[in-house]
Amino acid sequence: MLIKPPTDITPSEITPESVYRSRRRFMRESGTLAAGAATLVGTSAVGLPAEWLAARDVKPGEPIGEQMTSESDATSYNNFYEFGTDKGDPAKYAHELTVDPWTVNVTGEVERPGKIGLEDMLSGIDLEERIYRLRCVEAWSMVIPWIGFPVKEVLGKFKPTSDAKYVEFKTLHRPSEMRGQRSFFSNIDWPYVEGLRMDEANHPLAIFAVGMYGKLLPNQNGAPIRLVVPWKYGFKSVKSIVEIRLMKTQPRNTWNVLQPNEYGFYANVNPNVDHPRWSQASERRFPTTLFRPNRIPTRMFNGYDEVASLYTGLDLTRHF
Amino acid sequence: MIPTTRLGIARLGVFCLLALPLVLLGVDVWREVAQPGSAFGPDPTEEVLHYLGQWGIRILLLTLAVSPASRLLRKPQLVRFRRMVGLWAFSYIVLHFAAFLLSQAGNSFETILAVTLAKVRFAVVGFYALVMLIPLAITSTRGWQRRLGPGWRKLHRLVYPAAFAAWIHLVWLSKGDFMDPLIYGLVLVLLFGERIVFRIRKERRAAAANAA
Ligand code: HEM
Repeated sequence: MLIKPPTDITPSEITPESVYRSRRRFMRESGTLAAGAATLVGTSAVGLPAEWLAARDVKPGEPIGEQMTSESDATSYNNFYEFGTDKGDPAKYAHELTVDPWTVNVTGEVERPGKIGLEDMLSGIDLEERIYRLRCVEAWSMVIPWIGFPVKEVLGKFKPTSDAKYVEFKTLHRPSEMRGQRSFFSNIDWPYVEGLRMDEANHPLAIFAVGMYGKLLPNQNGAPIRLVVPWKYGFKSVKSIVEIRLMKTQPRNTWNVLQPNEYGFYANVNPNVDHPRWSQASERRFPTTLFRPNRIPTRMFNGYDEVASLYTGLDLTRHF
Repeated sequence: MIPTTRLGIARLGVFCLLALPLVLLGVDVWREVAQPGSAFGPDPTEEVLHYLGQWGIRILLLTLAVSPASRLLRKPQLVRFRRMVGLWAFSYIVLHFAAFLLSQAGNSFETILAVTLAKVRFAVVGFYALVMLIPLAITSTRGWQRRLGPGWRKLHRLVYPAAFAAWIHLVWLSKGDFMDPLIYGLVLVLLFGERIVFRIRKERRAAAANAA
């Protein structure tokens, strides 16, 4: 059993005191429950303690020759509607979320379905840094050094069957700790779901991230594990993942369900297909200043031309 | 009739209150220019744009609230503040539009034109709202009021479609969260509703007077 008694957990220097406290409370209250669920599939349900990353070798990322967005911008300007719709809300409220323990449920077209503790899910997987452009559908962008590993490495562990044509990812639904999910004015159908075609998920550029800027992911950036698909608009890169489902048919994705004329399934970055709200021909690249919004041209597939072959024969204007 | 001095003081007070958000913004802009990142967070242009939009719609609705308030409170002198409130609403909205243009800096003129006039529907409807307010701001002076005579009242009814268009602007730009459109929509319904009720009552009274 890998769940340690709460007293053994040391607060990390990046975890605010309040988070640490609520985490301990959660551990105490739900520890037995989580342990029960964990024994069911024979694995533990421990999230990622700070020491976990420190004990790992991380292959350094290759510089891309573009200015990195500052860590403070990337961790204080977020779209994570589970915590509120203002860009500053996630940084303000995401500390209310308990990310330890964390389990991921892998279901659907796999030979080895089951719930698995995050640390077990990541055992034996090599971490590397990836410096990626992140392009939001709202026409702003950042350059962020993620720490993660290719999606396909984890999917492989569960042995997808030949029927697995798509992958669905689901964000945690826990209104008690995610105030955006409690909002009376929200019209989003929680939990947040996103999906990829199997060949997209298996592309070496598609990663799961567990860290950024050399540290574990902060909650507001999707701790403890999130998707990063750099050639697609940011809303595809689903955060705080608790369920991965391999499917025969194309999964729904939250924004597409909400506004199908605005958000498609593919959501590939494409300067030639405008969104009804934003022209996609250009983007504001962080850092920006008041009188210089730092607008730069948007590139097809966000500059990741190597994915183009995934879409030969697909009309990207119709499948936006 | 309020004595002129008291009216003067009240005018000055209202003026200062309505100017306050702009003064506060000015202070923040000054701080931001002195030390980038100190006043608005990571996305200053957008922050200023939203701030001005919020105050624009609030003060526009406040303008619409003046005459209902004067009727409900039985204080006809309140109407004297209406021009000033309306001109402040217009000022915030013009600055909001200027902030929008600033946020577009780096885009070609054609792109900005296309976004504003055709492509992005929330911007298009916002632009209609702004355009409808322009003749109202121009003809808000006493001179124009006299010159236009009864036409002035008719012209200034444009404020209703303008406010409605501003609300549609808000509905169309909102996503995931509908607090603002709901609250402002409710205020709009109350303000329009009061006018309808007022008109119906007035017509009934007139009809009754005719019958007698
Ligand atoms: C009567 C005229 C207008 C009013 C009352 C108004 C009001 C508002 C309000 C209340 C917001 C929301 C701010 C927030 O979310 O905090 C907003 C956002 C915005 N407005 Fe306006 N607006 C007007 C005209 C315009 C015009 C003419 C344009 C440009 C063509 C414009 C462009 C924008 C943009 C770009 C946003 C931000 C949208 C986003 O969040 O992506 N507005 N406006």
